[in-house]
Amino acid sequence: MRGFFVLTLSLSLSLSLRAADWPQFRGPNGAGTSPETNLPTGFTADAGLRWKVPLPARGLSCPVVVGGRVFITCSGGNKDSRLHVLAFDAGTGAKLWHRQFAATGNTNCHPKTCMAAPTPVADANGVYALFATGDLAAIDNDGNLRWYRSLVEDYPAITNQVGMAASPVLANGKVIVPMDNNGDSFLAAIDAKTGKNVWKVDRPRDINWTTPVIRGTGKDAEVLFQAGKEVTVYAADTGEKKAGIPGSGTIPSPTLADDLLLASGRGGLVAFRYKDGKPEEAWKSTKLAAGTASPVVYQGRVYAANSSGLVVCGDAKTGNTLWQERIDGPFSASPVAADGKLYVLNEKGKLTVLKLDSSEGTEVLGTGDMKEEGLATPAISGGAIFLRGEKSLFCVGPKLDK
Amino acid sequence: MRTTLALLLFATAAPAADPPANVADALKAITSVSKEGTGNEAAAAGWKVVTSAGGEALIPTLTAFDGASPTAANWLRSAVDAIVEKETKAGKKLPGIWAFVKDTKRSPEARRIAFELARAEDKAAADKLLPEMTDDPNLEIRKEAIAAKLPIVFGTGESVPARKAAIRQLFEQVRDKEQAESIAKVLTELGQKPDLTRHFGYVTEWQIVGPFDSPKGVGFAQAYPPEKGVDLAAKSPGKGGEITWKPTQSADTYGKVDLNAELGKHMDCVAYAHAVIVSDKEMPVEIRAASPNSIHIYLNGKKLFQREEYHHGSVMDQHTGKGTLKAGKNEVLIKLVQNNQTEKWAQSWDFSARVCDWSGGALPVKQEVVRDGKTQVVDLGAIRETPKKEGK
Repeated sequence: MRGFFVLTLSLSLSLSLRAADWPQFRGPNGAGTSPETNLPTGFTADAGLRWKVPLPARGLSCPVVVGGRVFITCSGGNKDSRLHVLAFDAGTGAKLWHRQFAATGNTNCHPKTCMAAPTPVADANGVYALFATGDLAAIDNDGNLRWYRSLVEDYPAITNQVGMAASPVLANGKVIVPMDNNGDSFLAAIDAKTGKNVWKVDRPRDINWTTPVIRGTGKDAEVLFQAGKEVTVYAADTGEKKAGIPGSGTIPSPTLADDLLLASGRGGLVAFRYKDGKPEEAWKSTKLAAGTASPVVYQGRVYAANSSGLVVCGDAKTGNTLWQERIDGPFSASPVAADGKLYVLNEKGKLTVLKLDSSEGTEVLGTGDMKEEGLATPAISGGAIFLRGEKSLFCVGPKLDK
Repeated sequence: MRTTLALLLFATAAPAADPPANVADALKAITSVSKEGTGNEAAAAGWKVVTSAGGEALIPTLTAFDGASPTAANWLRSAVDAIVEKETKAGKKLPGIWAFVKDTKRSPEARRIAFELARAEDKAAADKLLPEMTDDPNLEIRKEAIAAKLPIVFGTGESVPARKAAIRQLFEQVRDKEQAESIAKVLTELGQKPDLTRHFGYVTEWQIVGPFDSPKGVGFAQAYPPEKGVDLAAKSPGKGGEITWKPTQSADTYGKVDLNAELGKHMDCVAYAHAVIVSDKEMPVEIRAASPNSIHIYLNGKKLFQREEYHHGSVMDQHTGKGTLKAGKNEVLIKLVQNNQTEKWAQSWDFSARVCDWSGGALPVKQEVVRDGKTQVVDLGAIRETPKKEGK
């Protein structure tokens, strides 16, 4: 039995060497795309699932996959005060470790959300898990606690009783923590090794659910953080404000694809094209407006899934609508794209896979149904799609060869 | 009596063993963490020492919860998980876990963890123990214990009065709102008159004043006359004219006072609510409030809590101010700030507040009120015995 486990683990680890990581909310730099190929087109209860494992509690956070490990957070228990971080083997679904924390911040929130709403971010050293309570834990790949912060103990005026959901990202060895709220509102860079502040800048006192994106690398790296009035650009190393790009959205996160920045807001989707290092407005589209889901750019096209169940495709150069397809909605999870396919998960847990190519339309390649609430954006890695239901974590893909 | 005996037995059950020196030092490093990551490096090294020690570090780690900050407690919490994971994989039992559960002097949070571990080890034994824990200091254990005890009470062959007494005792012990409501319903069906308002210590009689003008929300940070000392006879400049204190009573089970109804519909304004709590002796107190508006909570002129957030829900105990009641009269002052949002769901201007102990149970205090021009000392929530007069 032990030999079988070792064999399976080594198979899954060797698989991980070939797998593209999906390290944060909406994958690499929040773009919602992956270079993975040979991806599945659906699943049933009997076929197409590599594995399915139970989760200890609810969550809206997405699974992230790095180095063959799937990390996920959950929250539950009395007044949603029990916080969980788990790691699974991406190949087998075997639970590697499970760590728990007590919520140190407020747990009041809208009933649709919960304390495990922010998606964790991972790198080769492990995972950084932020909760809506302001609890932030760094755990290595073997489950050892590297550091932990109670941001509400540090900054007691933090408050958002609707529930926070913005996710942390990584830049230059720092965990960038978005903490827009009605009280002590800030964006902070926390040293990924020590858990101490590198910088912390004040932010407008308002609630905001968007996740920042990182533009550039090294000393030129910038944090682009969208809120109600603008996409604010900060130097990743210092927190210095460099610019403000007009924008007015607090729910869908911005998308950066090469030199194209998409910012969703009340007026629809606004595209900015970077020219000589400066963003210039390129186009606006009301048809590509989304309710909750963030847009994705894939092979020169923009895809948006709105709250009524409409998936809209637009030209990334012009914003002109190319096609639209009505499928089962509504959507809270953002669509993700790879391998010529768009994966769209609705709130009832039904996954629809649409064909993406250069034609003026699409077709449904397949579907799958978790038969559980589906509010978390899927992850793509190792030839599989990782779906998070209310009670279970699903890995959609071919089973490993033994 | 039986429960009291059981708890006394529990309280003397488990002296904490001294941990090995390296584990003790490591736990000290963990519990020394403080704000903004101070001590993280030493705590991380200590965490590895503790978890490497395995089972022998389990009880010392749980014991280290005593007096630990919430930050430190979470370092310890995750260490317990790692120890248990390792011991369980090795097929080992967890040493000392049952005695720790029974040691009610220990941190309630640590005992909850221990109880879950004990239950995972022997569910039948945990199920047997649970109904004796209906007054447990850990409120999660207490809630489960009461839920376990209720069917036992119903299933006994005891007389109806004895069953009523047993359920009444559970009502006194319950702290969870929904559970309290369900037990109150049972008691009502048995012909009793459970009073949720008094049970939770809600204040139902207030003196209120407002609206003070608060253009663009400046009133949250601005001190109006009541914050400089309450004079119930004072006249103050208000929004739209002179304002004076007026008495109000809430007939709501959870003491809700609708300021729009009491003071008129206003935006960008501030109101104050004042109550005098009478205590026989000095004691710790929690003043817990609910409001969709921004709020300050004062006790005897000292600010215990403030939160500037508008229209993000109003739930029981969402705001807590911790302080100390002195012997005699104590002034509770609540400041409620309304903003100028125009949405339909942002028009509420209301609050409720209760005076309770750490567990959320009512304290043995009374309230000084003025009725018909006479000063009286009454029980908290007592107004509910006298229905509101029509049109008042």
